[in-house]
Amino acid sequence: MTASALPPALVLIAAGILLPMLSGRLRPTLLLLAPLLTLYLIWQVPDGVAARHAYLGYELVLVKGDALSRLFATVFAIMAFAGGLFALNQRRVIELAAAFCYAGAAIGVTFAGDWLTVFIFWELMAIASTLIIWSVGPSAYGAGLRYAAIHLLGGVLLMAGIVGEIASTGSTAFDKLTLDSVPRGLILAAFLLNAGAWPLSAWLPDAYPESSWSGMVFLSAFTTKTAVFVLLRTFPGTELLIYVGLFMVFYGIIYAILENDMRRILAYSIVNQVGFMVVGIGIGTEMALNGAAAHAFTHIIYKALLLMSAGSVLYMTERRKCTDLGGLFRTMPFTAICGIVGALSISSFPLTSGFVSKSMISEAAGKEHLAVVWYLLAAASAGVFLHAGIKFPWFVFFQKDSGLRPAEPPWNMRMAMAFFAVLCIGIGVAPQALYALLPFGVDYIPYTASHVVFYLQLLLFSGLAFFLMLNLLKRTLTITLDVDWLYRRAGVSLAKSFDRLAGRGWSGIATWTTGGASAVGRAARYYHGPEGILARSLPTGAMAFWAAIMLVIYLALFYL
Amino acid sequence: MKAVWPHLPALQVVIPLIGALLAGFMRRGTTAFALALVVSWLMPVIAVCMLWQVLSSGTISYHLGGWEPPWGIEYRVDALNGFVLVLVSVVGAVIMPFARRSVAFEIAAPQRAWFYCMYLLCLTGLLGIAITGDAFNAFVFLEISSLSTYVLIALGPDRRALVAAFQYLIMGTIGATFYVIGVGLLYLLTGTLNMADMAVRLAEAWPGQSPAVIAALTFVTVGVSLKLALFPLHAWLPNAYAYAPSWATAFLAATATKVAIYLLIRFLFSVFGASIDVRALPLSDILMALSVAAMFIASTVAVFERNVKRMLAYSSVAQIGYITLGIALANQAGLTGGLVHIVNHALMKAALFLAVGAVFYRACPMNLTDLAGIGRRMPLTMTAFTIAGFGLVGTPGTSGFISKWYLAIGAIERGWWPLVIAIMASSLLALLYVGRVLEVAWLRKPSPAIADASDPPLSMLLPLLVLALATIYFGIDTEWTAGMASTVAKALLGGVR
Repeated sequence: MTASALPPALVLIAAGILLPMLSGRLRPTLLLLAPLLTLYLIWQVPDGVAARHAYLGYELVLVKGDALSRLFATVFAIMAFAGGLFALNQRRVIELAAAFCYAGAAIGVTFAGDWLTVFIFWELMAIASTLIIWSVGPSAYGAGLRYAAIHLLGGVLLMAGIVGEIASTGSTAFDKLTLDSVPRGLILAAFLLNAGAWPLSAWLPDAYPESSWSGMVFLSAFTTKTAVFVLLRTFPGTELLIYVGLFMVFYGIIYAILENDMRRILAYSIVNQVGFMVVGIGIGTEMALNGAAAHAFTHIIYKALLLMSAGSVLYMTERRKCTDLGGLFRTMPFTAICGIVGALSISSFPLTSGFVSKSMISEAAGKEHLAVVWYLLAAASAGVFLHAGIKFPWFVFFQKDSGLRPAEPPWNMRMAMAFFAVLCIGIGVAPQALYALLPFGVDYIPYTASHVVFYLQLLLFSGLAFFLMLNLLKRTLTITLDVDWLYRRAGVSLAKSFDRLAGRGWSGIATWTTGGASAVGRAARYYHGPEGILARSLPTGAMAFWAAIMLVIYLALFYL
Repeated sequence: MKAVWPHLPALQVVIPLIGALLAGFMRRGTTAFALALVVSWLMPVIAVCMLWQVLSSGTISYHLGGWEPPWGIEYRVDALNGFVLVLVSVVGAVIMPFARRSVAFEIAAPQRAWFYCMYLLCLTGLLGIAITGDAFNAFVFLEISSLSTYVLIALGPDRRALVAAFQYLIMGTIGATFYVIGVGLLYLLTGTLNMADMAVRLAEAWPGQSPAVIAALTFVTVGVSLKLALFPLHAWLPNAYAYAPSWATAFLAATATKVAIYLLIRFLFSVFGASIDVRALPLSDILMALSVAAMFIASTVAVFERNVKRMLAYSSVAQIGYITLGIALANQAGLTGGLVHIVNHALMKAALFLAVGAVFYRACPMNLTDLAGIGRRMPLTMTAFTIAGFGLVGTPGTSGFISKWYLAIGAIERGWWPLVIAIMASSLLALLYVGRVLEVAWLRKPSPAIADASDPPLSMLLPLLVLALATIYFGIDTEWTAGMASTVAKALLGGVR
């Protein structure tokens, strides 16, 4: 095994396991060097199979390289590096260790060449990410438990799907599938669960904001984007995904607008942004797939930047509700500017990374003459600007003065933010470098006059709408600080009623299932509980009686 | 060395037997422990040498006292029992260092030497059952191991151990009686007690389903099923395991039921397999139904159980269900899964019971709620428990996954899809009962009762960690376990009609 065949994933995982054993200067050194070494190894992976291992009579293809896997692995490694830099002052080493195992497992999935390898790394991701949430302490136990339960369910779905797939086709190769059998449906369901698709999306905004100020930066990057990667690899061009993706886009926007917690806003916007990528995968043309891959790349960077900015605010103020924050620009201008760069990118403002990637998906929809999809995506772009592009920076850094005067975060956190802010703008200004990494050849030029004008118009008008509504309510805002009220007035009653409807349906299903489940539980306890007939200590005579019964049953059945 | 080499099969049994006698003459627990340690560490050397010999040059046949096989007792080592011998002796060797402190803590000074004496007798019996090629000799060893096991259990620190031992004595005796009735019937039919000879004569003289052969089969199956705690004949097991000394529980859970399973496999496939088609009888259907019932019912009981040792005991009943499921499937993948689970379950259950023993040594609680926050106080112990617990669940990367994988494949090969779902669903039950302990141990605030608990000394910690690491190692490198099990399964199925 040469150095070039060393699976990059294992370097990060090994670093993660080593971290808790190191102390002093060694820990930050490892934290920064391991991702760089991984990145180097990622670029040493040749096209095609590079590492195999025999397991259970199957050939595990641990490393199989192509352009798509290198693209995702690269951004994952960059993310691990910047996240490590950002989290240098995180005292809970278990979180960092778990985060590195998590990142390593995500990279493992991107290079996996067969289903078993995918599954192994998939489960490792679930375990490591749960640990990140749990490392916070008692406040996160409940959310972590729910998160773990959902992902174990996903693991079971995936396992069942994979076993069925291997049994029915006899091939373990992790490759493109058409959605035409039950096992494949199970696989798709497991992937969509991790992508945060409705109806199993609630784990994401439920669990992520409970993680620490640095934990969520890691969490935002890997699980959902690995799901995007596997969807890109296995189900490109599956029409169903267009609808699933559109639903995610609007679901994310509506809930983010209704939300007050800054990190929950960003959590919902993950669902929304992944929705764009899922639409791109569903469209399935080369340009759409390029767009989805590119958008995943840029999204990881700007979403991490936004969460670093929010994490810095949380780290310095220990508050997370929009209503408790505001006016932080005065003392945290650097954090605010970085947050704004992230916000502009997520809104796909020209000259930022989001523009060069998201516009590819819309353009692909246009080229396929999917007019409805195109319009919905355009409307959604405006909605993104509303909830993430303006709402987050405005309420946290501007608006009213909350009286808080926190200092800027420590140097390493500023460095990490600066690094990602530069990447956001760099990719936006010179997209050719990113385009060169994409799986298919790119002949797309983002900066045409019509594109730029269209997006600027869209953004300007939605920005205008935001501030018009704000002006309308300015006087009351200074007193009530009630954000929900602002939006209720602005016609989001539609969203509310949708929410109510969904809520009613959901609670109906929930009552029904809990009713059934508790009946089963009661029955199980009745028979299996400590006093139940199946669990209490039997008298010796009863045991002997059972032995006689068994003998009779055997004899009777044999002689029949 | 040359002189010893041909007598290895005899030494495998004679050395622990002599050790037991010597230990019986000792007064001090420490010297008896030293003796037991030396014997336990010698056993795997002999077992591995024999297995190597079997794999390189075929079955070993050793004639005890120089008497020719059909008349004299033959020790016959092939891949299957070579495999079982290695398992039993390795488990004994690995967990032996744990015994000194644990036994000194739980058992009164005058009885410690007896404890080791009984352990060595039990080891003699178990190795004897595995090695002998003579059906009646197996009965003798079965009784040796059983009688010593009753004493081991009765030595437990809890007074309820006496009742548990008594119940096990009654049930074990019934089981052994059934077995010996079955062997007696076979002797009437064939005029021989040698298993290999029996198989040949059965095939010649009694082809097809003669009522007498079937009666013999039934008695042997039910008798051995009692010893291996097949549901619903498991009722003696939870109390016996719960109240026995911690170390004895770990040893018995890992070896005693496994040897009984070996005996069942030997009779079903090697003795009866040649004359009657085991798969055509309802036997395999009954075994399958009981296995599935064990997997679900015992796991559900474990979910509700408050005493951790009893919970693990019920989990053993459920896990034995997986093994018998593999036997019932009786195809290459299924049997491989069952066989490999014998090893995997032995290793992880030993680790779990040792972890519980270590907790008992440090903190004394046995109810689940008393364990609150124990993970913070005894991190390494509970890490080992966690790893082995994930093994029980069958998490990929642990050895439990390998077993379930082969079982699932075996079920698919026979076209029984619901069985695949049953295997997965019962794993979820395992997740529930393991998860319950993990939640209490790791996520709750440490209770004041365990305020000054800490990880046990190295002699206890090391066996525990070795077993936990083995759970991971055999989940990744399956060459020794699954590879071997697959060879054995092929040989067994090759001999079946």
